[in-house]
Amino acid sequence: MRFIDPHIHMSSRTTDDYERMKAAGIVAVIEPAFWLGQPRTNVGSFIDYLSSIVGWERFRASQFGIHHYCTIGLNSKEANNEALAEAVLDILPRYLSKEGVVAVGEIGYDDQTALEDRYYRAQLQLARELDMLVMVHTPHRDKKAGTVRSMEVAIEMGMAPDKVIIDHNNEETVRDVLDRGFWAGFTLYPQTKMGNERMVEIVRQYGSDRIFIDSSADWGVSDPLAVPKTARLMLERGIDPKDVEATCYGNALAAYGRSGQMDESHWLNTESIDQRELFEGNSVLRGQNPRVDAAPASQPPAAEMVYK
Amino acid sequence: MTVDTLLQRWLDQRLDPDAAQWLGEALASVSKVGADRDLYRCVSLVSRKLGKAPLGLDAAALGDAAQARPGWDPSTWTIDQAARIRLLLAAATDSDTFVRRLDQLCATADMDELVAFYRGLPVYPDPPRHRLRAAEGLRSNMRVVFEAVAHRNPYPAEQLADEAWNQMVLKALFVGSALDPIVGLDRRANATLARMLGDYAHERWAASRSINPELWRCVGPFASGRLLADLERLIANGSPPERAAAVLALRSASDPEAGRLLERHAGIRDIVSARCVDWKSALQFN
Repeated sequence: MRFIDPHIHMSSRTTDDYERMKAAGIVAVIEPAFWLGQPRTNVGSFIDYLSSIVGWERFRASQFGIHHYCTIGLNSKEANNEALAEAVLDILPRYLSKEGVVAVGEIGYDDQTALEDRYYRAQLQLARELDMLVMVHTPHRDKKAGTVRSMEVAIEMGMAPDKVIIDHNNEETVRDVLDRGFWAGFTLYPQTKMGNERMVEIVRQYGSDRIFIDSSADWGVSDPLAVPKTARLMLERGIDPKDVEATCYGNALAAYGRSGQMDESHWLNTESIDQRELFEGNSVLRGQNPRVDAAPASQPPAAEMVYK
Repeated sequence: MTVDTLLQRWLDQRLDPDAAQWLGEALASVSKVGADRDLYRCVSLVSRKLGKAPLGLDAAALGDAAQARPGWDPSTWTIDQAARIRLLLAAATDSDTFVRRLDQLCATADMDELVAFYRGLPVYPDPPRHRLRAAEGLRSNMRVVFEAVAHRNPYPAEQLADEAWNQMVLKALFVGSALDPIVGLDRRANATLARMLGDYAHERWAASRSINPELWRCVGPFASGRLLADLERLIANGSPPERAAAVLALRSASDPEAGRLLERHAGIRDIVSARCVDWKSALQFN
């Protein structure tokens, strides 16, 4: 089985993570633009960050045989700095049309302030203008109301529900999201948000239509192997392998594939890994022997990798 | 024929009607005054709209290129690169604006865009104004970006001062890039570079690491003293490609001691001559 992690912040992860993810069968990741754990103070920081997720991070992933895509947007927390938000909105169009950018995101609400609302709407408008998908981050606090509001505003701004991915769902929000025709992402965080066990029960109850899972792994306590580990648990608990495949691979591909920027052929006809390539003064290697695959990197059978 | 005309002709030959129409509209929109935003967006959209297939230029087309801009070698250019440079040139007004836009574009570029912008260096207006840009590209160690400046590009040999040039050659060896595709490699050889390369060779030897035999190509003309001793070690004990490289380097040296060294190793010297080995084939010498 192959896996996609459609929400993971690789720029805060290590090369060990990339190696383990590849070995566990992850073929592609989506890195949504987000905040860095503390607020940025000027637009230049955004320019460098966004350039790094369309540049260096994509290259770094490729060195481990993982295809890297991203979403570009102003996150809800930093939307509360008005001067900064205006400047960021100005530069976003320079990134949104780049190769491998699959959506505007992650955008939405955090405290559900007036400024958050203004910049959420402005970015939905951008998505409409550029005919793009949208990845919505739903708030941690007042989650249910915030999720419903996110969807209503998206509709109001003219987005088709099937072009919007509502992420960080839980038992309380999933019904609304599916009933309204949106895609439902579930984040598997150790200890918080969705645990693996709860996820198994959700798939048992709701099936796999328009549902997919991600790790949202970042600089906090999180697990970049959450997707393959949950897949294993689902199989162990008797979930139909077709549903496991859909929630851990196929649905994310179907949702984000609509961008025209992410296609299964990218990894099925993958080029071999060549770690001899260097990027911006840095190799990912520090004196090790480069890994050079002779033929297209063979896909490790996931069942084998995941169970070990 | 001008560079713009040639780029347009090559693209016309390769694009299907939809793609050609998109490019036509994009060119019109970026030619307007104050079209920065359109330019940035269109340049990014190129790979989505036109793809990244090789331009696949034949000998006649490459001849046209060299005529339009002496030294220009777009033999490895792709459609996206040609279209991005075409857009940049179409939007060009004064050179202040051109430099400012190029800086903006590079600051937000993805990898393929950087390669295009740096490959375009030889066809930009007001060549001396892009020296810092070229040096910035060379500072990149993403090899494809570095090579976009260093390989098949006449700009560095024409515009870079010795200091930057020497760093480029040394860096090429450092990141495992070939030296042969560097335009003007022999013409820009200098004593300082020869000394730097000799030091680099000693570092590599001390670490028991291999050395690209092409290194000696830039050492040869200035070899004397310690550098001649290095070449002697190489011609006597090197790998077959290194021994061939030592012969070629010693042949290019002006120090009379080089001739005596070759005389002492007449066996390998004569084989290299008989097989017409040059710097390209030396790497495969066996």
